[in-house]
Amino acid sequence: MSAVVETRNLTKMFGKFKALDGVDITVNKGEVYGFIGPNGAGKSTTIRVLLGILKATAGDATIFEKDVWGDAVEIHKRVAYVPGDVNLWPNLTGGEVIDLFLKFRGADINTKRREELIHKFKLDPTKKCRTYSKGNRQKVALVAAFAADADLYILDEPTSGLDPLMEQIFQEYVFEAKKEGKSILLSSHILSEVEKLCDRVGIIREGKIIETGTLTELRHLTRTNLLVATRSPISDLNNLKGVHALKQQEDAVSFQVDTEELDSVIKHISSFGIEKLESAPPTLEDLFMRHYEGEESGDKGGAANG
Amino acid sequence: MADTVYHQTGRLAQFVLRRDRIRIPIWLFGFLFFTLIVPIAFLGLYGSQEDRDIMANTMENPAMVAMVGPADLTNYTIGVMTGHQMLLLTAVVVGLMNILLVTRHTRGDEESGRIELIRSLPAGRLANLTATVSVYSGINLVLALLIGVGLYLLNIESMDLEGSLLYGAALGGTGIFFTGVTALFAQLSESSRGTIGFSIGVLLIAYLVRGVTDVSIEALSWISPLGWVTKTEVYGANNWIPIVLLLIGSIILFAIANYLNAIRDLEAGFFSAKSGKRYASRFLQTPLGLALRLQRTGIIAWAIGLFVIGVSYGSVLGDLDSFFEGNEMMMQMLDASGGHSFTEQFIPMLMVVMAILATIPPVMAMNKLYGEEKKGRIEHFLARSVSRTKLMASFLIIAVINGFVMVSLAGIGLWVASAAVMEDPFTFGTLFVAAIVYYPAILIMISVSLVLIGLKPNFSSIVWFYLFYSFMVLYFGGLFDMPTWLEKISPFGYIPGLPIDNMEITPIIILTGLAFIMMLIGFIGYRKRDIEV
Ligand SMILES: Nc1ncnc2c1ncn2[C@@H]1O[C@H](COP(=O)(O)OP(=O)(O)OP(=O)(O)O)[C@@H](O)[C@H]1O
Ligand SMILES: [Mg+2]
Repeated sequence: MSAVVETRNLTKMFGKFKALDGVDITVNKGEVYGFIGPNGAGKSTTIRVLLGILKATAGDATIFEKDVWGDAVEIHKRVAYVPGDVNLWPNLTGGEVIDLFLKFRGADINTKRREELIHKFKLDPTKKCRTYSKGNRQKVALVAAFAADADLYILDEPTSGLDPLMEQIFQEYVFEAKKEGKSILLSSHILSEVEKLCDRVGIIREGKIIETGTLTELRHLTRTNLLVATRSPISDLNNLKGVHALKQQEDAVSFQVDTEELDSVIKHISSFGIEKLESAPPTLEDLFMRHYEGEESGDKGGAANG
Repeated sequence: MADTVYHQTGRLAQFVLRRDRIRIPIWLFGFLFFTLIVPIAFLGLYGSQEDRDIMANTMENPAMVAMVGPADLTNYTIGVMTGHQMLLLTAVVVGLMNILLVTRHTRGDEESGRIELIRSLPAGRLANLTATVSVYSGINLVLALLIGVGLYLLNIESMDLEGSLLYGAALGGTGIFFTGVTALFAQLSESSRGTIGFSIGVLLIAYLVRGVTDVSIEALSWISPLGWVTKTEVYGANNWIPIVLLLIGSIILFAIANYLNAIRDLEAGFFSAKSGKRYASRFLQTPLGLALRLQRTGIIAWAIGLFVIGVSYGSVLGDLDSFFEGNEMMMQMLDASGGHSFTEQFIPMLMVVMAILATIPPVMAMNKLYGEEKKGRIEHFLARSVSRTKLMASFLIIAVINGFVMVSLAGIGLWVASAAVMEDPFTFGTLFVAAIVYYPAILIMISVSLVLIGLKPNFSSIVWFYLFYSFMVLYFGGLFDMPTWLEKISPFGYIPGLPIDNMEITPIIILTGLAFIMMLIGFIGYRKRDIEV
């Protein structure tokens, strides 16, 4: 596998404030990389460093094995970017902006593709940008991005203004790009979106990557939710290693189990005669909650699951 | 490397032109029109050399020199006269145009996140700045040629080709220089408001420094770029050195701006914003408090500015005094003209200029209401049980107090300086009342702004044209023998010019009443119309 995006020990200071503190991420070819973390964690900052519009204080960052600062223009010929907050020129129409962005790449505009995207995203390209709603401005940027024949898509909360129908369309295009072997770096607060689209996820907090890996790998780090009814009451459950958030329900108990202790816990409870066993896999949200809330609240982390 | 830095500059330049394809021709046409109409009017009014010499005589005093600069009054041809009375003021407006338009394409676009989009495309780091600077240098060049050739084609005897081209070059050169000033502040300041504020500050300081030095030690005004404009001595000595200085200055400014742009992060500046308070004070939680907080820096800057302008004009009055003292003939002439000293006769003229300047900040304060609406921030108030009437009233109160403070400060500044330099100074009351008497006219301008916001917000900038019109007719009305009804279209035309004219209370009452009625209409309109988002 070859890395399309690679950062090593990326650090960015804003004055005395350390916004990025040694960020290492790798996005491989043909992969959708989910980039998540609480507000102000440093997602947009990382992305802006990758785009060569902020200069890293320390560390290396490369895209297509070129330096993101020094070779920005070369890199951008093959990159398409969509920010979360799209601000356009009030006097230009959406169509004009799309053409402007496409022409900037130097390549010919693929008119068929452009029309298809405009149609799919239900965008009226003849309206002035001043009259567009937030979602519509975002669509302009999305159309311009997907109509460009890029090898890497950098998307910073690209769907924060889209309705669920449009979100669906967006996901189709992400899948399509992935199928064509393109890479996508997607930052998002919509975890279901990340769960659905991303092959690998990196979680950033306070400028540090605190967790990274495939979803399956990350699930190991969290807890499975169990609901169990047994013929005889389970003894000693409370003292069992890896059991948390124990709750007695009418005729059953619910609790969470650390994934690595799952085997021993199941063995223990099976001796009490299982009548009912429901398990729910840990969602990304569980994972997220646990990490977002910081160390001190690690214990009640999984309980947020609904 | 050059590719990383300047790639796609050409396309961006096209884009700048495309976005300003209406704005630029309007400005250029405006400059051409106002520049060409003046010598034609002068030719009609002051056709003979005797007429012009009389004019030259009235121009030969420190107050006029402070305002429009020095000139060769012994050779007051139509050309010299046009250059003397128009060139400097036009150059200031050209500077203003460049400040506004260049800010729009640099810090303005950057602040709103549009440059981020451009930079994510294969565009060089400095491409946008270079494109903007190139386009506006080009526009100023076109302006220089249009004016130069246009003046020459008027075919007026004293206006030869070289003088005309130099006239144009002085305007274009000033324009390019202020493109550079703006490009620099667009790097230093983090906001477009800041960029415009600092650049206009430089423009005003350049103007004032030139005024003070022109009156005292003329050679010193070489330190002000606007001093260079009058040093060209168009249609006389035709001195091109100032143009060279303007261009060298511009190149230095461009180089610094480019360097700063290259080493800074996008959306960052060098004048760092302090981190603010954690909690809103009680006052800030009211719409009045917020409205005030939003404009605090601007109001303070304007207040200082008006006081300084008052002081500058006031300091000239002393020179004016001693100037006439040494001139027997002038003294006799004055006695003939109704017992008012020449110095006194200048007061109304200074006052009207200062009053119109003092109208700018209150009108800005009022228009801010619509500015906030356009940015979608008014909703925050209206959604929080603040009535529209209360909201509008908050902005109005600030505008009304603002106007009073501004015009008072100008008057006080005038008095302070004149009391220090004159042998027989005016009393405080005389000058203060002469200033404050314009307040009803300022109220009218505020209420025009308010009515437009209430009824036709899209047209709210019309008030600026009205103010500009008022300035033109009152400032040039006397010069061009304009019919008085033209003055009467402006509220400033009804204000008695104290201390020369007698105090008249009727127009004051009528203007105030009219302002009140218009405000009422504006309030009613504002309650009924849709809020834009
Ligand atoms: N220009 C700047 N100057 C100073 N601090 C900044 C600047 N830009 C960002 N920061 C700070 O850096 C940190 C990271 O910001 P960033 O925008 O990268 O967060 P984010 O992860 O994208 O958050 P969100 O989810 O809210 O978009 C924040 O604390 C922010 O306040
Ligand atoms: Mg962000």
